[in-house]
Amino acid sequence: MKKLIDYTKILRSKNAGPLFITFDLIFNNSNDMEYVSENLKKEMIAKAYGVAENKIDIICYRVVNSIKITFPRKNISGCLADNDIYGCQQHMPLANIEI
Amino acid sequence: MKIVALNGLLGYGYSEEALNVAFSEKVDYLGVDAGSTDPGPYYLGSGKSFTDRGAVKRDLMLALPKALEHKTPFIIGTAGGAGSSEHVAWLKEILLEIAKEKSLNFKLGTVLSDVSIDYAIEKFNDGKMIAMSEEFTAEIKESKRIVSQIGVAPIIKLLEQKVDVILCGRACDTAIYAAPCVYEGYDEGLAFHMAKIMECGAMCSEPVAAADVMQAYIYDDYFELRPANPIRKCTVDRVAAHTLYEQSNPYLIFEPDGVCDLTNSKFEQVDERTVRVSGSVFHEAEEKTLKLEGVKIAGYRTICPATIYDPKTIENIDIIINTVTEFVKENTKDSLPKDSYKIFFKTSGGKESSMGIMIDVVAKTQAFADTVCALARSRMLHCDYEGRKSSAGNLAFLFSPSDIHVGEVYEFSVFHLVKVDSLLETAKIIVEEI
Repeated sequence: MKKLIDYTKILRSKNAGPLFITFDLIFNNSNDMEYVSENLKKEMIAKAYGVAENKIDIICYRVVNSIKITFPRKNISGCLADNDIYGCQQHMPLANIEI
Repeated sequence: MKIVALNGLLGYGYSEEALNVAFSEKVDYLGVDAGSTDPGPYYLGSGKSFTDRGAVKRDLMLALPKALEHKTPFIIGTAGGAGSSEHVAWLKEILLEIAKEKSLNFKLGTVLSDVSIDYAIEKFNDGKMIAMSEEFTAEIKESKRIVSQIGVAPIIKLLEQKVDVILCGRACDTAIYAAPCVYEGYDEGLAFHMAKIMECGAMCSEPVAAADVMQAYIYDDYFELRPANPIRKCTVDRVAAHTLYEQSNPYLIFEPDGVCDLTNSKFEQVDERTVRVSGSVFHEAEEKTLKLEGVKIAGYRTICPATIYDPKTIENIDIIINTVTEFVKENTKDSLPKDSYKIFFKTSGGKESSMGIMIDVVAKTQAFADTVCALARSRMLHCDYEGRKSSAGNLAFLFSPSDIHVGEVYEFSVFHLVKVDSLLETAKIIVEEI
């Protein structure tokens, strides 16, 4: 078991517009990418972020050995309860998932 | 055809030398993006720019005379950060100031893209408004300001009129760079893919920089990217990875006119600093859409930032917050109207060393926010809990005054697509001699 962050070269979060949050996982090689792609399940992400599984999109972008994950923000950017306007510090629950 | 991006955001700066390098060859079009929704709803609501006036003026001071001298049309997207008519007026004033100082004359084309509340209501009633996320419902009537994000169509209209400078209200970032290519008859798939990369300036290069000049060369079957600054280079990985950034899908770029499909895009290293891209395809949409962005006022904010160092206090923070919340409720129930404020206690850290805590109040008036914040602050400072030894106070205040006015607060109220009959229907186009 390793933490997801230890498989990646880049692991980041950012708004994809104010309504969505998107995560980019970029890997050093295709083996790591394929391994994570097979073993990272939507239910793990759903649990880490308290979001419904059917709202989560996972797309492999093999051109640069990467995986993209997108789901709607629980608090949209800039609403009163929001704590991260740009959404660029939301990656740690994902980074800590063990696979 | 050569297209140059001044940088990733007007006001973020760029190397003057890089701009000179770019203009050592013929530049057919110069562009720059001047806005974003990233900084949140405040700027559209307040009419202010998140970019600094001095920095924006510096960036234009070099670029505007350069573009005019070389007869290169200069396209500026999303003026003033948020692109409402107020933001466009702000940027236009800076352009006029430079024109006066440098004795410049030019033909200016402006696209305003504000829409009225009635326009949005009509779209909603006609079933022509599409939610981008099921979680987010439009509050059209509450909106203070709504803008539409224009595509290439209004910019092409102005290019046809041979203007020197195009100043846009809210515009798709891609429209700035794709419009001249579509206007000149280049393939739309290549045009939009190139534009998507160019809109961030030299972000697709190494060392990475939104704050520098980027160059694109578009041909019939491919385009090439090479940073203007000789210290930077484009690599296949960087350029290919760029469509991951801030996009929900790395293969598809959604535009008012249709969708740019990168599934079969090919990236090749041409030389040490140049990447060639081909194979991107554009599928025109049957129904054209524009995105509307609107904001409403959510109240007025007063905050009080503080630090807690005592682990015993940190351990009891939930009890303290509950006590304070109840106290404030009780003490304002006769003096403030019902539901006139919201209070948040925003904390960070805490487990190991210290905890940052921000009392965050948003209320119907600034005075109400002040009242609630002051009550919460004083109650929290002296709030007792079991086993408390540090009975002089719970909070280390960072400042005097401890409470800070943040002022008006906005929230997004509309972030929806609308089906349109024409991609020009929200654009107000003005041409004038400066």
